[in-house]
Amino acid sequence: MTTVVLSRRYLLAAGGSFLATGVSGLLLPARAEGLAPTDSMAGGANNYRKGAPIVERIGKGGFWMSGTVRRAGDGAPLAGQRIQIWAHTTEGQEHEPQSHGATLTDKDGSFRLEMPQIIPIFGQPHGHLTYDSGEFKTVFLRPVMRSAKDKSLEAHFVLQPA
Amino acid sequence: MRLAKATLIWAALATAICVPIAAAAASPLLAWRGPIYILAGFAGIIALGLTLIQPLLIAGYLPGLSAYRGRRVHHWIGGALVVAVVVHVGGLWITSPPDMIDALLFASPTPFSPFGVIAMWAIFAVAFLALFRRRLGLRRWRIVHISLAVVIVVGGVVHAMLVEGPMETISKAALCALIFAAAIKVMTDLVKRMRATSRGESPAR
Repeated sequence: MTTVVLSRRYLLAAGGSFLATGVSGLLLPARAEGLAPTDSMAGGANNYRKGAPIVERIGKGGFWMSGTVRRAGDGAPLAGQRIQIWAHTTEGQEHEPQSHGATLTDKDGSFRLEMPQIIPIFGQPHGHLTYDSGEFKTVFLRPVMRSAKDKSLEAHFVLQPA
Repeated sequence: MRLAKATLIWAALATAICVPIAAAAASPLLAWRGPIYILAGFAGIIALGLTLIQPLLIAGYLPGLSAYRGRRVHHWIGGALVVAVVVHVGGLWITSPPDMIDALLFASPTPFSPFGVIAMWAIFAVAFLALFRRRLGLRRWRIVHISLAVVIVVGGVVHAMLVEGPMETISKAALCALIFAAAIKVMTDLVKRMRATSRGESPAR
C-alpha cells in the first residue's frame, strides 16, 4: 500500500514546473510551431473562378507575378504546387476567363507567371492569387501594387496542412 | 462691376467642377473599363461636384439666385445627389458584385470604402429627413442636417482622395479643398447665426 505524501516541497516543485511549461506554452506558441501560415486577405477570393488552366502566360504578357510557396513550421519550399492568378488587366476584367491562369512552383518553391499589365480596379491596382489544390488549407491573397506603373508584383504563401 | 463679379463666381464654380470631369474623361484607364463601370465612376465624380454646389446654394453665395430660388435648387440638387450615389453604387455592384458587397458590409480591404459607404448613408438620411423637416422644426432640422452634412463632406472627400482611379490628382485635390472650404465657411456662418437667434437677437444678415 502506498501513501501519497503531499509535502510542501513536492507541491512547490510540481506547481512551479506546471507554471513554467504552462505559461511559456501559452505565451510562445509561435516559437513552438516555427513559421506561421499565411492567412487569407480580405477580398482575396473576389471574382475567383475554380480550376483555371495552367498556362505558359496569361494573354500577351508584359507584367510579372511572382512569389514563393513554403510549408508552415519548418519553412521548407514546396515544389509542384499550383498557384492560380487573376486580375483586372489591359486585356480583361477580373471575372472574365481570359484574365485567369495558373502556374506551378519549381523545386525551390518559387513561381513566376507573365500576364498583361494590371490596372487599378475598384480604387487600387491589385492582383489575386490562390492556393486551392486541397492538400494544404486554401489561401486567397490580394497584394496591392505600390504604383499603378509597376511592371511586377509579388505574393508569398506559407501553407498549413488541410 | 457686379456683373463681372457674378460671372467670375459662376465661372470659378463651373471650372472647379468641369475640369476634374474633363481630366477624368481623358484618363487612359477608361480604355479598359466597360460602359457601366465608366458610368458608375463618373456618377461618383458628379456627386463630388454637387457637394460643392450645395453649401454655396443654401448660403446664397451664388449670384442671380434669390434666397427662395437658392433653397429650391438646393432641394433639387440634393435629390440629384441621391440619384448620383445610387448610380455610383449600383454601377459598381454590376461591375464587381463581391467587391461592392464587401464595401457595403465594411469588410473591404480598401481603406476608402467605409468613408464612401458612411457618406452614402448620411446622404440618404438627409434626403429622407428632409421630407419631414417641417415636422422636425427649423432649429432641430438644421442641427440634424449640419451634423449629417459634416459626415457627407468628410466621408466623401476622404473617399475620393484615397481612391486611385481615372480622376487626375491635382484637379481632384483642388475640388476637394474647395468643398471643405465652402462647407466650413457656410456651416460656421450658420452656427453663428443660430446662436445669435437663440440668444434672442435679431439674426445678423
